[in-house]
Amino acid sequence: MTIISMRNVSKFFGDFQALKDVSLDVTAGERVVICGPSGSGKSTLIRCINRLETHEAGEIIVDGTTLTDAPAGLEKIRGTVGMVFQQFNLFPHLTVMDNLCLGPRRVLGLSDTEARARAMSHLERVQIPDQADKFPRQLSGGQQQRVAIARSLCMEPRILLFDEPTSALDPEMIAEVLDVMTELASTGITMIVVTHEMGFARRVADRMVFMDKGEIVEIGAPEDVFTAPKSKRFAAFIKQILNH
Amino acid sequence: MKRFLILVSAFLLLSGCSNNWGWYVVDPTTNTGWTNLKFMASGAYYTIIMSLTAILISVIVGLLVALPGLSTKRGWRMFNRTYVEIVRAVPILVLILWVYYGLPALSGITLNVFWAGVLALALSDSAFQAEIFRAGIQSIARGQYEAAQSISLNYRDTMRYIILPQAIRRILPALGNQLVYMMKMSSLVSVIGLQELTRKANELVVSEYRPLEIYTILVLEYLVLILIVSAGVRWLERRLKASDT
Repeated sequence: MTIISMRNVSKFFGDFQALKDVSLDVTAGERVVICGPSGSGKSTLIRCINRLETHEAGEIIVDGTTLTDAPAGLEKIRGTVGMVFQQFNLFPHLTVMDNLCLGPRRVLGLSDTEARARAMSHLERVQIPDQADKFPRQLSGGQQQRVAIARSLCMEPRILLFDEPTSALDPEMIAEVLDVMTELASTGITMIVVTHEMGFARRVADRMVFMDKGEIVEIGAPEDVFTAPKSKRFAAFIKQILNH
Repeated sequence: MKRFLILVSAFLLLSGCSNNWGWYVVDPTTNTGWTNLKFMASGAYYTIIMSLTAILISVIVGLLVALPGLSTKRGWRMFNRTYVEIVRAVPILVLILWVYYGLPALSGITLNVFWAGVLALALSDSAFQAEIFRAGIQSIARGQYEAAQSISLNYRDTMRYIILPQAIRRILPALGNQLVYMMKMSSLVSVIGLQELTRKANELVVSEYRPLEIYTILVLEYLVLILIVSAGVRWLERRLKASDT
């Protein structure tokens, strides 16, 4: 079953075309990893899926809803799609627990007890239940990103988008975040991950997408694209990433 | 601060020895002096109540004017600009006179001096509050809005739970400044006859012919009030900071 369908999507920032006629279908439960050089449009692509960016041409259908400016559709999409950001974007004035409970209480209408119970179960899942009463700034980067993942999970999304979730982290903290993501991948949630972590991609991805200059240049199962890249650009990119 | 106060008191004591001064008029050891002092201090009631009421109203109005200024829609932004530019251009004293003498003629609504003063001060200050709020809200990183959107929070909840609590922490020093400013500007309401600090001082000067001493006491009254307000704002800042570390 196709859960995300993008047809000939184009996106402009002024004169700069960030996405050029991009088409991509994602099946429910699939794990897709998107990589590519900076400025290739990979972040823009996933930000279009939960409409943090609006596309100018083409069609995006998420879980049966076509993305338009209509507020009702938008609400439904944001309820289905969660997002984890490069800079975590935790709410700095709220404790970890309040960061997690806000959405469930205000949007899903859970009672305080229910929300806290749900938040706690997700904090246990990302292995930081003991940090519940701290403020974000008291946590390490890796812990903050795991809180951000738990915050998304509290909304019980069907699709989870990751926008370079480990790029702002110190090297020693990357593993703990990737471990949590790997564990998540085994639960059947649809994941689209923009990352340069090729080890993670090989381990977890059902499909690899390589983007360059606003286009999808190469797409396929990781073992195929890594061992026999079809395009020169992807071959050059892998070489750079693996030899840096 | 302590050194400054000592300097001021030293100046007053020394200058009190000069022939130009007649401290008897506010000498608390004499009956008349004590009565005069009490008379002057009683004006603090209206100065404080009026400033606080006015700042409360102006913060609310300011916020309501600031939010449209952040809209993506041109019409809303135009409303914000027009309000701020017009209100900011009217001198407070003129606004006080207009509200007290002009508004009844225009609308049939007669306000007593207190509410006329509150309205004029609040209106005048609201334009500045709107600008302060706008700057404060704009200083919150885009990522905060995006995170709020990603958990489906609507505009109202995003403002209420995410943006405003952070913005208010940032603009608190500016809000404190406005309160100090408001207390000082409230002296202008004396022209329409409200019995606040300045009016009381003026009335005493008329009966005692001792402007130097009486206005010096008036300066000290404002100084004390404003130092208290400043200390209060700083305490609040520290408390808010402590609550999220």
